[in-house]
Amino acid sequence: MIHILLSRWRQGHRTLPYPKTLPALPERLRGMPSLQGGACPAGCEACQKACPVEAIHPSPEGPRMDLGHCLFCGRCQETCPEGVIRFTRDHRLAVRDREHLQVFPGRELQLAAALEGELKRLLGRSLKLRVVSAGGCNGCEVDVNVLGTLAWDLGRFGIQYVASPRHADGILLCGPVTANMELAVRKTYEAVPGPKVVIAVGACAISGGPFRYQQEQRGGVGSLLPVDLHIPGCPPHPLTILDGLLRLLGRLEEEGRL
Amino acid sequence: MNEACFYVGRNGQAVALADVPDLEPAAFFEAIVAAVQEGRRLACLCADAQLRLFAVLADDGAGTLALARARLREPRYASITPRCPQAHLFEREMAEQFGIVPEGHPWLKPVRFQTLGVSGSPVEPGVMAFYRVEGEAVHEVAVGPVHAGVIEPGHFRFQCLGEEVLHLEISLGYQHRGLEQALVGGPHPLSLKFAETMAGDTSIGHGWAYCQALEALAGIDVAPRLQRVRGVALELERMANHTGDLGALAGDVGFLPTSSFCGRIRGDWLNLTAEACGSRLGRDWLKPGGLRYDLEPERARALRQRTAAVWADTRDAIELLWGAASVLNRFEAAGAVDPVQAREIGLVGVPARACGIRMDVRRDHPYGPYADHPVAVARAQNGNVHARAWVRWKELAESCRFLEEALAHLEAMPPAEEPARDLRLAPESLCVSMTEGWRGEVLHLVLTDGSGRFSRYKVVDPSFHNWFGLALALRGEQVSDFPLCNKSFNLSYCGFDL
Ligand code: SF4
Repeated sequence: MIHILLSRWRQGHRTLPYPKTLPALPERLRGMPSLQGGACPAGCEACQKACPVEAIHPSPEGPRMDLGHCLFCGRCQETCPEGVIRFTRDHRLAVRDREHLQVFPGRELQLAAALEGELKRLLGRSLKLRVVSAGGCNGCEVDVNVLGTLAWDLGRFGIQYVASPRHADGILLCGPVTANMELAVRKTYEAVPGPKVVIAVGACAISGGPFRYQQEQRGGVGSLLPVDLHIPGCPPHPLTILDGLLRLLGRLEEEGRL
Repeated sequence: MNEACFYVGRNGQAVALADVPDLEPAAFFEAIVAAVQEGRRLACLCADAQLRLFAVLADDGAGTLALARARLREPRYASITPRCPQAHLFEREMAEQFGIVPEGHPWLKPVRFQTLGVSGSPVEPGVMAFYRVEGEAVHEVAVGPVHAGVIEPGHFRFQCLGEEVLHLEISLGYQHRGLEQALVGGPHPLSLKFAETMAGDTSIGHGWAYCQALEALAGIDVAPRLQRVRGVALELERMANHTGDLGALAGDVGFLPTSSFCGRIRGDWLNLTAEACGSRLGRDWLKPGGLRYDLEPERARALRQRTAAVWADTRDAIELLWGAASVLNRFEAAGAVDPVQAREIGLVGVPARACGIRMDVRRDHPYGPYADHPVAVARAQNGNVHARAWVRWKELAESCRFLEEALAHLEAMPPAEEPARDLRLAPESLCVSMTEGWRGEVLHLVLTDGSGRFSRYKVVDPSFHNWFGLALALRGEQVSDFPLCNKSFNLSYCGFDL
């Protein structure tokens, strides 16, 4: 017992002070890309050629990027001869509408707005989610899971992962939805009592991600269910996921932060 | 072993296909059975659409990989599983992927309910003849595919007599994305991503196996300094996952201090990987021919300091386990695998070492930095939950030692200018590339066609060998101990399903 107490003392209190302050993010983190307009040489297609998932295309305004497809691999940035594409460390990426993930120079990312009305009243202070892993690589699950640990302590925001869809207010889905998981995803969704939300975490759940060309999958949860929140990344940083969840609940403005 | 039947090569070596003896199918299968009886391990057995067969038999003591091939004239042959249990899942896989029937296979069932089956008719996942125990007091418990935690999908059927499990049947395939088939015709821009996402928690293990295969086939040497950085990447991956697993094991026996500390510390290890390359899972850290992100002396120094701090936390959190009688009691009483059976079914990685089997690709088939900077192989004897936890604990200490040495070295050694590499692959060649991922042996068998494109890309995740071990570990246990036993293996669903 004494050892446990000593360890407890040594390990200390480590829950991150977020959202009061931002935790230190790695220098090389690839978050929100900044795209510069008017600098692309005529006819240049370097980024498009470098991208493994057709997430970026040249256009008259500059590169157009679909963050729902992007794997944040940074290859386009590496290849661009003019330095037009630059991944910043801004972790905020979550949006409500799929269409908002289309970005180009001059179009700011429209970060997720809070739920409204009845949903906000019901879920704003207590959101129970059933996590469904539907055919990805288990990478997003790693970062979804980590939010439940003491470092992030998701519970303090009233958000919790629950064991049964019957106890849930919605589903949080990772993976492109493989053909083999389609039925299970539908059944899980149906088992959640309404009103309910659907949250797509990661490039796979939004668009199929690296598997988007595979016939074995459905190109994301949007092909089956209405999606309320899109959180891009491959996988998204835990902070990106948490930011999205808190925005959806309108908790970030409330806490007056970030 | 009949040497004439095999080409005896090594890990990460490219071989001209013509140098691998092309056997008659009957002789091919006999050679496999004989080699396994003499103590070799069937690391891979696979087919391709032209009904060509390939086998890899590992001699972990001698550090060699014996390769053989054959071509079937018709899609059927006499199953070797009755004589060589290690082949059971490989034979089922060949049947599912290419319609090759292993006649007399005692357990011919779907492996992963491949969506685009050979027959072309739609496949329904989870629909098959499950093994059933009959009897008045026998009941069946079915779980999944969707589970109660943040876990991947899979279906489990327990045949129980009261609380006691008589048999567990595991039916997977829900994560099947068709990755092997998608790699054919490559390398293309997504190939490395496919490797990294075979099992996302083993991005480095699989990514490295992919890079190593390409480098061998292109005849490229990777500078020792870069190999050392890859070693750092792989060991950081091991630290994060082993720490997480030990924490989760503590959680499953209700020992909260270690469970809550380790949950957090696992994230700290992932953050170190992100410090090096921007991604917590090490995505895009490696690339064929070298690295996308180097560890410059400055960064190596910072990383070394943080490694020491995180290791102090890790040790403190995990040592509590070994002093808690309630934990040891539960760990020691659950999930034993018989060492003889472990060999027979060909377990690899942590569960094999927990049965006293001395195997570790880093030592037996060294690659990258591990020949010059060897790691000690951790082992335990009892094959139970405790043994698997103990092996992880020992491996943590050893990986940490490797990390400190490697980072100190990198601190003193600035990066050199790397020449641009030509990654044209040798045509009509074969390479078996293995790494020791944190779960165990990761194997990629890569075959090129006449123009140097992939004509077959076979992946064997350690989970492929080990899921059956979990089923064996559950025999005679209580259903309520399933989470604990399952966690002590912590196998990959997507790595199995591909
Ligand atoms: S970072 Fe995104 S857009 Fe750029 S190449 Fe990678 S996947 Fe394509």
